[in-house]
Amino acid sequence: MIPAAFEYIRADSADAALAALAEHGDEAKLLAGGHSLIPLMRFRLARPEVIVDVGRVDDLKYINDAGDHLAIGALTRHSDVETSDLVKAEAPLLSAATSHVGDPQVRHRGTIGGSVAHGDPASDIPSVLLAFGATLIAQGPGGTREISVDDFFKGFLETDLAPDEILTEIRLPKAAGAGWSFQKFNRRAQDWAIVGVSALVQNGTAGIGLVNMDSTPVRAAAAEAAVASGASPAEAAESAAIGCEPTSDLNASVEYRQHLARVLTRRALEEATA
Amino acid sequence: MEISVKINGEEHRQEVEPRTLLVHFLRDQIGLTGTNIGCDTSSCGACTVHVNGESVKSCTMFAVQADGEEVLTIEGLASNGELHPMQEAFRQCHALQCGYCTPGMVMASVSLIQENPNPTEAEVREGLEGNLCRCTGYHNIVKAVMEVAK
Repeated sequence: MIPAAFEYIRADSADAALAALAEHGDEAKLLAGGHSLIPLMRFRLARPEVIVDVGRVDDLKYINDAGDHLAIGALTRHSDVETSDLVKAEAPLLSAATSHVGDPQVRHRGTIGGSVAHGDPASDIPSVLLAFGATLIAQGPGGTREISVDDFFKGFLETDLAPDEILTEIRLPKAAGAGWSFQKFNRRAQDWAIVGVSALVQNGTAGIGLVNMDSTPVRAAAAEAAVASGASPAEAAESAAIGCEPTSDLNASVEYRQHLARVLTRRALEEATA
Repeated sequence: MEISVKINGEEHRQEVEPRTLLVHFLRDQIGLTGTNIGCDTSSCGACTVHVNGESVKSCTMFAVQADGEEVLTIEGLASNGELHPMQEAFRQCHALQCGYCTPGMVMASVSLIQENPNPTEAEVREGLEGNLCRCTGYHNIVKAVMEVAK
């Protein structure tokens, strides 16, 4: 399985990447760690004419304490997020979820920004961003803009990023002392989640992000509302699948996914509030 | 395009197609066939090599991405005719049967021990989750890694 031929452009800076995107438009795809894109290219589910390799844009590899939030450069590798003391202290939910992404080899190459920009509903990291209410920073020809995570995921593998924009930073509001839990259900090591749940609970409110429960990463909005109105974890979890439209596949039927969302949300809320 | 990669300590300058995967570059252009291709879909880990000292799946990386980097394959692990301690432990513990997964398993294990020199058995099992072995049931592989960790 060899990918179709493509033109290769190595961008050494975000500006160089933007220039390449401006020139090639829809025909170009950004390559970060490559652990979502290269498998798709090998199956020829993706056949970009032009690959813009941003893997060496070192300016976008950082984890910074920015006062009220953590600022994470889009090209920071999963392995660096997972082992960061700052992330462990300020966003242990992200650290825990990242340790479940793929396997060590995948985490040595894959990046947080690549994972988020891919927009895969089965990916673990977007659920964490939803739980935190993260903000995403995109850079385009007209400058930078902030996108709320709630406006970012538009459809299956589709995000709010324009073809001439790149994701540069992920901002997680600090949540010192918040309870958290990451639940991932799969049948084999290293597999994608059949269903997963990220929960962040503080001051009587909960952020709950779901993995693989719709065509995009989604919130368990009804369960969040139930927590806010004083429901117990078990009561709130009953509404975890409301409004979600999961698909049926080899691993699970729609009904089973809905069941898993309820069970895993209950476990997540119980652990986060214990 | 032309790339320059240091493989097992030796500089290689070669012309590659951008779509050439690192594993094909290593096997077909450099002639280092110790790195095996298993699943071809970044699941099995048979093609694991080190890039700049860290384990990666060479079927999920383009050779052009390794331009200017250092690659270590199973062929580069032994030095002066002496097996690497991990290779020796695999041998002593009989951590293989058919041997197909072994090069990737050894490379992943060396990377694991570098990052976590004193792992628990559970950490070894989790750390090797990206490498599949269809023969051994993993028991002796985990034993070999724990042997090196001692």
